[in-house]
Amino acid sequence: MKHTLVALAVLGLGASAVQAQEVVKLGTAAPLTGTQSHLGKDIENGVRLAIEEYNAKGVTLGGKKVKFEVQAEDDQADPKTATTVAQRLVDSGVKGVIGHLNSGASIPASRIYNEGGIPQVSPASTNPKLTQQNFKATFRTIANDVQQGLAIGKYAATKLGTKIALIDDRTAYGQGLADEVEKAVKASGGKLVAREFTSDKATDFLSILTRIKAQSPDVIVYSGMDTQAGPMLKQIKQLGLNVKFITGDGGCTGEVIKLAGDAITGNTFCTQPGLPLDKMPGGKNFNERFKKRFNADVQIYAPYAYDATSAIIEAMKAANSSDPAKYAASIGKVNFPGVIGTVAFDAKGDIKDGAVTVYQFKAGKWEAAQ
Amino acid sequence: METLLQQTVNGLVVGSVYALVALGYTMVYGILGLINFAHGDVLMIGALVALEAIRLIQLYAPDLGLIPTLLGGLGVSVIVCMALGYTIERTAYRRLRNAPRLAPLITAIGVSFLLQTLAMIIWGRNYHTFPQLVSTTPLEPVAGVFITPVQIAILVVSATLMVALLLLVNKTRLGRAMRATAENHKVASLMGVDTNKIIAATFIIGSALAAVAGVMFSSNYGIAHYAMGFMPGLKAFTAAVLGGIGNLGGAMLGGLLLGLVESIGAGYIEDMSFGFLNSSYQDIFAFVILGIVLIFRPTGLLGERVADRA
Amino acid sequence: MNQLALAIPWLGKRNPAAARWVVIALALAAPLIAVLFGKTWVRILDFAMLYVMLAIGLNLVVGFAGLLDLGYIAFYAVGAYTFAFLASPHFDIHLPFWLALPAGAAFAALAGIILGLPTLRLRGDYLAIVTLGFGEIVRIFLNNLNHPINITNGPQGINMVDPLVLFGWDISQGLQIGESFKINSLFLYYYVFLAFVVLSIILVQRLQISRIGRAWAAIRDDELAAKAIGINTRNMKLLAFSLGATFGGVSGGLFAAFQGFVSPESFSLMESIAVLTMIVFGGMGNLAGVIVGALALTALPEILRYVAVPVQQALFDRVILDPEVLRMLLLSLAMIFMMLLRPSGLIPAYSRYSRPELVVGKQSSGEVAK
Repeated sequence: MKHTLVALAVLGLGASAVQAQEVVKLGTAAPLTGTQSHLGKDIENGVRLAIEEYNAKGVTLGGKKVKFEVQAEDDQADPKTATTVAQRLVDSGVKGVIGHLNSGASIPASRIYNEGGIPQVSPASTNPKLTQQNFKATFRTIANDVQQGLAIGKYAATKLGTKIALIDDRTAYGQGLADEVEKAVKASGGKLVAREFTSDKATDFLSILTRIKAQSPDVIVYSGMDTQAGPMLKQIKQLGLNVKFITGDGGCTGEVIKLAGDAITGNTFCTQPGLPLDKMPGGKNFNERFKKRFNADVQIYAPYAYDATSAIIEAMKAANSSDPAKYAASIGKVNFPGVIGTVAFDAKGDIKDGAVTVYQFKAGKWEAAQ
Repeated sequence: METLLQQTVNGLVVGSVYALVALGYTMVYGILGLINFAHGDVLMIGALVALEAIRLIQLYAPDLGLIPTLLGGLGVSVIVCMALGYTIERTAYRRLRNAPRLAPLITAIGVSFLLQTLAMIIWGRNYHTFPQLVSTTPLEPVAGVFITPVQIAILVVSATLMVALLLLVNKTRLGRAMRATAENHKVASLMGVDTNKIIAATFIIGSALAAVAGVMFSSNYGIAHYAMGFMPGLKAFTAAVLGGIGNLGGAMLGGLLLGLVESIGAGYIEDMSFGFLNSSYQDIFAFVILGIVLIFRPTGLLGERVADRA
Repeated sequence: MNQLALAIPWLGKRNPAAARWVVIALALAAPLIAVLFGKTWVRILDFAMLYVMLAIGLNLVVGFAGLLDLGYIAFYAVGAYTFAFLASPHFDIHLPFWLALPAGAAFAALAGIILGLPTLRLRGDYLAIVTLGFGEIVRIFLNNLNHPINITNGPQGINMVDPLVLFGWDISQGLQIGESFKINSLFLYYYVFLAFVVLSIILVQRLQISRIGRAWAAIRDDELAAKAIGINTRNMKLLAFSLGATFGGVSGGLFAAFQGFVSPESFSLMESIAVLTMIVFGGMGNLAGVIVGALALTALPEILRYVAVPVQQALFDRVILDPEVLRMLLLSLAMIFMMLLRPSGLIPAYSRYSRPELVVGKQSSGEVAK
């Protein structure tokens, strides 16, 4: 009898606590179906982990205990779908959005978040334009392509050789990155001997590679995706071209290794914004928590999504409110140790001191280069 | 000079794949007056089926040599594609043979997208690595030109197939029936030719050639995926038009020429246009040629028949 | 309108007047109904209106004049880019929309004439393939004309396109009524687009029963005979082409203003095919048909997302066919089976060569696409 009473009392307490709790919804949008679904899921899981941990710790805003919830939407990596799901998130009254993955989706969607007054923090979109639109509450926790292009250009021109040939795939990503590489190569004293173009659907690069070969470069920089970089490596070998090869994050995947077969060697490099997981300040611990919760490996973006979520919640705590109109201004001012390092934003909304790591192909996988 | 020679070799290899696919377009067009949009996708199915077959062979008969494995994969894929070509003709096109002329064309586009979607469902959207059964390591360069065994194989196989097809069409009973059907359905059937059978045979032969082209394409680049057939298909069609649609020799010539134009064009366009255009325009060569040929010489380079046969 | 009303099952035949009112009421109330399911659906309706305009324009070319155009989206692109050039920070020109939109339409019409002049003497399937090539050429140029002079801004596209401003009133800001009530801009865009659609319908309907419309029908049914009875087939075809292109151009301009962002990837071949499927599905040559087709196929992917994903999850515990694959599958099957089983589409066209009152009761077979 006594037990029941206690139990009832506990239940009652629990119920009243739930009543006093305010639910704050956060949205996340990324491709959850299609070829990039594993990366989209990575983002969603990063957000979930952050929210569950904050809920467990307990957050109080404006005197009320709040409980965070996630609404995950699938943007299919498509610009038009992205605007539709952005609208849906705004409609359903989320207080902040962590997303999207692709720059092509993030940029049109950011306009809708901006109109709806909802802060957006992207954990993965690297196109510089995202934060150059003068929107007050558009942020990202990953280094952008300006920083990455600088790193590629500098590394290629100072560590790999002086004569550089540059190829891009004429997508928004590839062209944007290539332009930054070109600037960086020239700034670091390298010589751009050829700039060629292909498309993100091409399979034959022999004619542009033959043209490049005539200029006998030391390095070929490819600014595009892994599905082209792999076959391109094969054709470089096929033409007897002896060069070093470096790509950006689009080609920094296991897919390249698979597609290039025996044509990928220690002369192949790539870059990835951010630090490798084991070099992140909170990386090891995060990896363990993530694995325990989701029984899955961190792909790439989970730590960035985790920190993006934290940035929003920390800003809410600083403003003591979950009202976007009130806390949005605080996001720009956050400064806390996250998984990826110190999380703080510059005036545009880009992460401060965004790191870029160069990887080298070694013994069947990518390893951080010295 | 070395560069030009290398570009020529590059162009010939790509061109002979185009030529092989173009033959399929040109045969169907010659007989039915139909642009078989789905033909490029048959190439894709050919490559993916061969990939699957080779995987199975490697799994169950790992000791089989490289070439027998490749031939086994090729054989399976040719058979599957022949069946596919027949099915497409039977289910999608035959009923529309006397329909208004836009109907079969729209159906053909539908079939093309259907094949791509099915491939997407079966094989997913990502790129697959095609096993390297013929080496893609370049041989000792001759006059500074690098060529790989697989490229040589492509040149030899397509040349052989083209000669075989010419013999088939010009020297056999089936070939004569095909030519008669192309000339005039009704008269041919009055002469005792079973035109339904002949048309089916045309689709089957064309699909077999596409399957071979698909396997060659994938062996050369080492990849296969669901959308790989569309562009080569479109370009092969251009090649067929360039050579004179309905004309077998024309398709071969057109294919080789288009390959050369693309390769050399992409290599020299920047110098030729004083830096205004560059290799990002590589893909428009085919379309520009297509437009020019259709407008100024709709019969193509070798075509003798007037193309107006609505 | 009449055709739409007649197409309503049961009511349409019994009481055409009532049916007509139903159509008008539905058109006016559509966003109010849609918003019950969230503003997302209003956005989808806005897009649907743009597609309706595209379908009406393409129908003019394919359905009325019998010219298969597979590069129709190029005109949409020309309209969108012209609008973006004339009303965005890209060249720092900010013309009002009543100048920019007609300019877009005019350029699209000009593009139609430029394409049509040399190609219109080609027969059906040759024309189809040349227009397909034209569509790709336009896209490739848009994607690459940022070098050596930056005209289109290449793959990055043009951002921050001016919204529609009607008489000094920026409709993207919504309409504030009193203090607490605000009409969202999505609704306003809907009614603006609806006005354009209604105008187009009236125009096209008048055209169809005019001399020109009858000339087109004659050309479509038998070009040789049309020529023999003294129709200037070349000029008539050219007129169809450029008028169709004009609709594409207007729709493109509206798209640019609505989306605020144009980039070459919005104008792929797939879009041309999608619009073609709309009119094939609805019924070539029939206005009501193409409108229904456009509405149905724009809503389809969204409905699939809501229905197909949960259903699959419930049945198989995972998503086997993602909505995009399903959409492609349905589109391609629709194209094949509509042609095989119901070549005249969902709502077949009546052969209307003159005023409706003259042909009542004499409707002939639905053979359109001869």
